[in-house]
Amino acid sequence: MTPRVFKADLHIHTCLSPCAELSMGPKAIVEKALQHGLDVIGISDHNSSENAPAVVNAARNRNLTVLPGMEVTSKEEVHILAVFDSVEKALQLQEIVYEHLPGENNTEAFGLQVIVNEDHDVLGFNKRLLAGATELSVEQVVDSISALGGLAIAAHVDRETFGIIGQLGFVPEELHLDALELSANTSPEEARRRFPEYAAYAFVRSSDAHSAAEIGKVRTSLLLCEPSTREIKKALRGEEGRRVLPEDAGARAAGGTS
Amino acid sequence: MTIREIADNAKLEILACPEAVDKEVTGGYASDLLSDVIANSKAGYLWVTMQTHRNIVAVATLKELAAIVLVNGRTPEPETLEKAQEEKVVLLGSRLPAFELAGRLYQMGIRGIQ
Repeated sequence: MTPRVFKADLHIHTCLSPCAELSMGPKAIVEKALQHGLDVIGISDHNSSENAPAVVNAARNRNLTVLPGMEVTSKEEVHILAVFDSVEKALQLQEIVYEHLPGENNTEAFGLQVIVNEDHDVLGFNKRLLAGATELSVEQVVDSISALGGLAIAAHVDRETFGIIGQLGFVPEELHLDALELSANTSPEEARRRFPEYAAYAFVRSSDAHSAAEIGKVRTSLLLCEPSTREIKKALRGEEGRRVLPEDAGARAAGGTS
Repeated sequence: MTIREIADNAKLEILACPEAVDKEVTGGYASDLLSDVIANSKAGYLWVTMQTHRNIVAVATLKELAAIVLVNGRTPEPETLEKAQEEKVVLLGSRLPAFELAGRLYQMGIRGIQ
């Protein structure tokens, strides 16, 4: 099989995240992703994967792969993105996270945490303090994700707060990250200039969408044989012809304008 | 003032590298954002923080800080303790929250802005 271009936005929140818009329901996300020509999206709510199954279901029989995941907050207040192939793995990480996530949500201060099904029917409200930090160190978070076979990506490393470089000064050498993520504010070219010490890492760029309009605003073009975490891992390492494409090349190869 | 004098005065527990507590402290800085500490702390400063990750030792070494004080009774990870001992970085602990501790240190005459 020859690798082809997949456009991925691996960091999208749903209405489960207290800071996300309530309109971020499964169907709205899927439609918006398709409109923007995305092939792969990651669902990553703060410290929970409870809405990931609904988005996976909403994308059934559509030309879109939904990778369930989570944006975990470590005890150092570093955000780590987890990306899995299956809902089961995401929920296994959720079990670990919930065991180490103290506090209760205050909806007035942080917002509602709405659990929905694929039709955006409200199933309930998550009562945990999803906006809070877990008691897990950044190493424990990354190791838990890796042990479950997921991708562990340091989220928005260009952002001072909740980015690993801002919180911890630099990326700890012993940490087994699969990639560093850039927000919409920083292009991979700028990041290469700003962070020359991290040249060995793969950079991905994602929208971190909290509203529908942000979905796919920035994305990462990957050469993959299929949209799986195994293939993405190969691309991040540049193995067997899989790779992360430069932003403009990705757009050209896909015939789009991004 | 030396680290030892400050530790006695503010009832700080010495968690790592007791052999280096006779170093002079020239000022203080309080922050939990390590990138900010890299940008704004100065050599010889006492650094007050909640962060216990081992990167704090690297930041203290890089900036030649006098010592790190962990507040709120936080216990460092074993790797942090080990690294502090290895890198000869004095690690202190306080039961007090950062605000109270900084206030007491300020009362002792320690300043961040000279």
